[in-house]
Order: sequence, then structure tokens, then C-alpha cells
Amino acid sequence: MSTSLSLRPNILSRLRGFRVNNFRLYLGIFIIFVVVAMAVLASHLTKFDPISQDLLNTLQGGTAEHFLGTDNLGRDVWSRLLYGGRTDLFLASIAVLAPFVIGTVVGAICGYFSGWVDTLVMRIADVVVAFPFYVLVISLVFILGNGVGSIFIAISLVSWVAYARIVRAETMIVRSKEFIEAAQTGGISNQKIITRHVLPNVITQAIVYAMSDIVLNIGVIVTLSYFGLGIVPPTPDWGRMIAEGQQFLAGGYYALTILPALAVVITSLGLSFIGDGLAVALRVKR
Amino acid sequence: MTRFLIKRIALLVPVVFGIITATFLLMHATPGDPALTYLGNHPEPAAIAALHHQWGLDKPVTQQYLDFIGGLFTGDLGNSLFYNETIVKLISLKLPPTLMLMIMGSLFGIIFALPLAIWTAIRKDKFIDHLVSLLNAVILGMPIFFIGAMGILFLALKVQIFPVGGYGETNLQHLWSLVLPSLTIGLGLVPLLVRSLRTSVIESLDSEYVAFARSKGLKNRSVWLKYALRNGSISGISILGIQVGYLAGGSLVIENVFGIPGMGSFLMTGILNRDFPVIQGATLTFAMLVVLVYLLTDVSYALLDPRARFK
Repeated sequence: MSTSLSLRPNILSRLRGFRVNNFRLYLGIFIIFVVVAMAVLASHLTKFDPISQDLLNTLQGGTAEHFLGTDNLGRDVWSRLLYGGRTDLFLASIAVLAPFVIGTVVGAICGYFSGWVDTLVMRIADVVVAFPFYVLVISLVFILGNGVGSIFIAISLVSWVAYARIVRAETMIVRSKEFIEAAQTGGISNQKIITRHVLPNVITQAIVYAMSDIVLNIGVIVTLSYFGLGIVPPTPDWGRMIAEGQQFLAGGYYALTILPALAVVITSLGLSFIGDGLAVALRVKR
Repeated sequence: MTRFLIKRIALLVPVVFGIITATFLLMHATPGDPALTYLGNHPEPAAIAALHHQWGLDKPVTQQYLDFIGGLFTGDLGNSLFYNETIVKLISLKLPPTLMLMIMGSLFGIIFALPLAIWTAIRKDKFIDHLVSLLNAVILGMPIFFIGAMGILFLALKVQIFPVGGYGETNLQHLWSLVLPSLTIGLGLVPLLVRSLRTSVIESLDSEYVAFARSKGLKNRSVWLKYALRNGSISGISILGIQVGYLAGGSLVIENVFGIPGMGSFLMTGILNRDFPVIQGATLTFAMLVVLVYLLTDVSYALLDPRARFK
């Protein structure tokens, strides 16, 4: 009985502290949950096809039929927002996976073993980051040709560096700890030490960074399609919507530009909140 | 200092070499044939062969690589396929607007960010701190071309202060047409700068020398101006240096939004024209620019803070 009594306030206060401190995390999760649900359930939330044109009903404001109006080709804006979110979100989150895995593995190996492999990989990383992110991704997408696959490869070729550097730095700290030395003296193989003892200690940093990385990806994907690269029309996407809407800004049709931009901002905000919240919850210093 | 300089420049050599190699690989070892991309659908085999010969693509790859490096040393980056002009000449024309845009952009960034960083550092965890961090997250999520488009809408179309785009004729017009684009880049920089600057100001306010200054009876205002502002500006240099990649990428996007004839629109027209030598030259220039700024940052930091020379 006495143990339960002494435990209760402890757990309660910890839970309370977690909840109060982590308002951002829950808000972020809520925002992203709503955005993802809208993208996934797009076909249930609108009866309009995002790419079918209706040239008799162009540039309409909100009507009972099209409640966010139509664009210059008479396409339903609400429907394009939903399906555009599907395109951008899917691509941005998929494009985070390969760099995450490659960067984490490479970073852990480099940090654990040091030596010439480490030197070589870090020099390659120096070269990659010398190219401005947008310059390199845009050039790569051009060389690889338009399309979702090219965006995926271009981002992967560039983004692994950030994960590798973060994980490498953390691994070098962990490597000098006593429990690693103990494991080594105990004759545990290097591979096992890395997967069982190093990675669990360093991966939180990479996870927190992944959230801001998705934000970066959304930015670059949207920018690419704004310039007519990457995602090919008529596939709906937020960047293309902003680019097309921009031509009608001077005519007073603000919604066509602002709505997709708002979608980008809200999504990025949600992801940033999750990142900040995770940093607090996982006690990661940024 | 001389030893620091020599060491720092020696470290640069492999990176510069790597950049040159990467740019070469980007254009020569990637899948797809530049001649095919250039000529479009269903080209004549003879035309392909002619282009291959003209670009030296019929030589072995190692020879092409050596030719490329040899060309770099003699200042020859080839000719543009569209402008009928050497790449080096074109870059010398396109670089000044971009440099100016980057300099003005970072100035605006610092002007916005430094007061905000000091203010939020002093009022740490207070309402204003949270508000600024929320606004930062909002700006961070905004695509930079959208900020530019809104700038055009409100400050060039609604209230006609700035030109909608273009670069003007005279030097003064050049400068004036760069203001709105630089403001856009500066605004985009704010979240990146405030976050790190705020941390460094908080550190300097928590330090022992500030405690000592306070114990001597120094007023808040002099502590903030003498210690927070000065230390903030010094670390601002290195933080800006780290963000040069963002600056370069931002000017690539912004130049295209505002129609400024700099390196960014040069690269983009190169891409739209499928002008391979232009893309190669522009990419290389951007990377070299970043490396140069990294070097200058480290050197100026070492000049300001002697401890950095012995790391």
C-alpha cells in the first residue's frame, strides 16, 4: 500500500508536466492528423475531379456548388487543395525516408570507427553542402528529367548529409562512454554494439531533425513545381496552384494564391510543432 | 594567424577539387544524353554525333575530365549554346546583381533579426518570446517565392512604392529594384537568424562577465547595448556565414520571381533552354561562392576572436 501511495503523486506530476510542457507536440500532431486525413480522404470530401476543367465556370468565387470557387480553367479549388496535399505530403514524407536511413547508418559507422572512411565520407559531405540545396536539387531534377522519381532521387542525394553529420557527432560522444567500452571489452561485435547500444542513443536527434527536414522537402517540392519542374501538370500540387493563381493576383483573385500557400504554411507549422514538442519530450538539444 | 590561414586554405583544396569533380559528374556521368535532351524528340543521328563532337563527348571520359580541369585553370568554361558568348563572360555579367542581392538580403536579415533576438533573449519565456517563435515558425513554413509574390502585390501593385520587377537601367535604379527582393530574402532569413542569435545572446547574458558588470552597478540598458548587442553581432557573422547556402538558394528563387538578371535567373534560363554549359558554369559558381563565404567567415571570426585560431 505504502509503495502505491508514494508512487502516485510522482506519476501524476510527471504526466501533468509532460502535458503542460508539450502543448506544441499535441497541437502539431492534431494539425498533421487533420491535414493527412483530408489528403487521404480527398475523394470522400469532394465530388469534383481536381483536373477536370469546366470552362463555362472559370474564376468563380465561393458558390454553393464550389465553396472555395474555381480557378482559371474552372477546376474546383477545394478539390485541388485536397488532392494537391496528397501529392506534396506523400512525396515530402517519402523523400525523408531514404536520407534518414542512409544518413543515420553512415553517420553511426563514421562516428564509431573514425579513420579514413570517416574522413572520406565527411569530405564528400563537405562537397555536397557546398552546393546550395535549391541549386543542387533543381539542377539534379533537370538532369534526371521531370517526375516524382527524380525529385525523390535528387532530395535523397543531398539530404543524407544532414543526418550523417548529426548522427556522427552524437555517436562520437556516445562512443567515449563507459558502457560502450564495457561492451567492447566484453567481446561484443562492433556491429552489435552499433545497432544495440549506439543507435538507440543517437537516433532521437535524427528523428527530431526529420520533422524540419519534411518542412524543407515541402518547400523545395513546392518551389520546383512553382517553376514548372518536378511534378508535371495536370497532377494537382500546391506549388503549381500558387504559380497559376499568381497571374490573377492583380485582378483581385487572391484566394487562388493564398489558399494553397496557407495549406503549405499550416502543414509546415504542424510539423515544426511536432519537431519542437519531440525535442522537449525526447530531451534533445537543438 | 598565418598558420591558421595556411591550414584553413589547405583544408579547402580537397573540397574545391570535390566540387569540380561533382559538377563534372553531374553533367557527364548521369543517365541520359545531353545531346538528346538538347535536340528534343527524334533527332538526326548525324546531328547527335555533331553535337557530341562539338562538346567533346566523343572522347573518353577521363580525357573529358582532364579537359574540363584544364579549361578551369585557363578560365575557359566553354560557350553557351544560346547566347553565343563564353560562360566566363556571361557569369561576370550575372554575378554582380546576385552578390548585391545576397549582401542586401543579409543586411536586412540582420537588421530585423538582431533586435528581435535581443528582445526575446531579455524576455525569455515571456509572451513576446513565444509570439516571436510562433511568427518565426509561420515564416519558416512560407515558400520564399510566396513572400516575394505578396511583397509585389502589396508594395508594388497596391501601394506603388517599389517596381514590380526588373533591374532598371542606371545604378541607382539597380539598387532601388533590389530593395523589395532583398527585403523578401531578409524576411526569409529572420527565423534562421533569430533562433541562433537568441541562444548566443542568452549565453552572453548568463555569463560571468555580465554578472560582474552588473555587480559593478551597470544599468540594464548598458548591459544590453554593450554586451548583448556586441556579442550578438559577432556571432551574427558566423551564423550568417552558415546560412550562405540559404542566401544563394533564396536568390536563385527570388531573382526568378522578380526578373533580376543575376546568377539565379541565369541558371533557370539555362535549365529551360537546356543549355548544359550554362547549368554547369552556374552550379559551379554557386558552390565556389559558398565555399569562399565559409572561408571568409572563418577568417573574419578568427580575426575577431583569437581563440578560434587554435581550435
